[in-house]
Amino acid sequence: MNRGPSGWLLYGGLFCALLAMVAPLPAGFDLARPYVLAMLLCYWLLEAPDRVGLGTAFLAGLVADLVSGTLLGEQALRLVVLAFLVQRFRPRLRFFPLWQQALAVFALLLNDRLISQAIHATAGDGLLPWASWLSPLLGFALWPWLFLLLDGLRLRSRERGA
Amino acid sequence: MAYPNTPAPRLTDGAGSTLPLLAYLAIATVLMVADLRGGFASQARQKLSVLAEPVWWLAASPNRLFDAAREQFSTRASLQAENEQLRRELQVNASRLHRLLAVNEENQRLRELLGGTRGYRLNAQLAGIIDVDLDPSRQRIVLDAGSLQGVQVGQAMIDAGGVLGQVIEVTPRHSTALLLTDTEHAIPVQVARSGLRAIAYGTGRTDRLRLPSIPQSGDIQVGDRLVTSGIGGRFPAGFPVGVVEGLQPDETQLFVVAEARPAARLDRGVEVLLVSNAIDGLDDGPPLPEPPPAQTDAPTDATPESAADESDVDGEPGETTDPAAVAEPATPAPEPRP
Repeated sequence: MNRGPSGWLLYGGLFCALLAMVAPLPAGFDLARPYVLAMLLCYWLLEAPDRVGLGTAFLAGLVADLVSGTLLGEQALRLVVLAFLVQRFRPRLRFFPLWQQALAVFALLLNDRLISQAIHATAGDGLLPWASWLSPLLGFALWPWLFLLLDGLRLRSRERGA
Repeated sequence: MAYPNTPAPRLTDGAGSTLPLLAYLAIATVLMVADLRGGFASQARQKLSVLAEPVWWLAASPNRLFDAAREQFSTRASLQAENEQLRRELQVNASRLHRLLAVNEENQRLRELLGGTRGYRLNAQLAGIIDVDLDPSRQRIVLDAGSLQGVQVGQAMIDAGGVLGQVIEVTPRHSTALLLTDTEHAIPVQVARSGLRAIAYGTGRTDRLRLPSIPQSGDIQVGDRLVTSGIGGRFPAGFPVGVVEGLQPDETQLFVVAEARPAARLDRGVEVLLVSNAIDGLDDGPPLPEPPPAQTDAPTDATPESAADESDVDGEPGETTDPAAVAEPATPAPEPRP
């Protein structure tokens, strides 16, 4: 607990999440793409709160905006809100069993979709396609695996470092 | 060990972090509004998009590898078959092209007869579509050619089927193009059969365009082909845009709303052509601008002399009407172009 995760794992993971954001998927699936970046941030906010904060979330969001071509600041706003909520409920979220944690992440991602919908409506783009609401569901299904994977990687890197 | 001292910082954290949150939210909102209004943020975005290029490159690389591998391992027979088919297509297209060239020459000659001074030549450039998925709620694609290859904002993008969209953002090696079917896109079109002009708006669906505000008396039918009209100068004239698929009266019952299917293959396709109207030589336009100095000179000369000499006055108006007579056939000359 005294040492945070290696920078490689943290930032490399975030970079991979950016790749996952634009990696080509078959038409139709791209709407339901899980928001891996948000989930990764969520994980690091839970596990390494001294390394990752609102600022990291904001910067990651800006870069994601550039990469995926959303309105500059849109994902930054969404991720900052998400990061704030995770920070707020961190003591509870951390000690949830995995499935309950996944439910909480589902709620967070759903909230994120709502914010995105609000931004789109304000910008005059109308409603999001219905398939995009599947994205939180996929995130929910993905969370336990992501969590276990990252935990394993983190432990291994710590063992190697020690 | 860590437990006793965690609650205290947590509480202050929770209380203190509202302010940074608000600050970040404010910054993000300002950025979004600035980007939406085309302010500094959209320029900053243009510049910073360079940072996104490696990510796009990496994200598209699995597909590239896959393509390369397929090319490596494709059999001789399939290559031969493909070659054969391409050769046949080439022959067909070449013969078509020859006919078009003849028509083009004839067109140019007629235009010269009309006194038009502008010659248009279509600049075309091939660009590949990079296989990355941008934000799916907007319809855009990334091309692998940028300002280094001479791509400019506003160039029209076509494929074998027809108009695909236009370039909206250019970085040194990549450019982003807005598709025809994006909700923010509109394109001036013309019904090929009747010449009726309209504007086709994107609907956000890849298989639908919408043409509102067509007068009830407008000559448009299901099955009509739509081509670009060239009005506005952004899209070269005459490229297929779509086919009318349905006609309904709008809410006011005064106009007709037409729905069309885009002619371009929006969801598949690897390469596109970027075209722009290049004007041969200087664009001197219709010869109207030149006469005015002569005209203004003429009356000033004429007014003092008009009292003195009648025949001179007759001569001068003759001169002033002369450019006008030239100008009159000349002004329609640029019009047939669109």
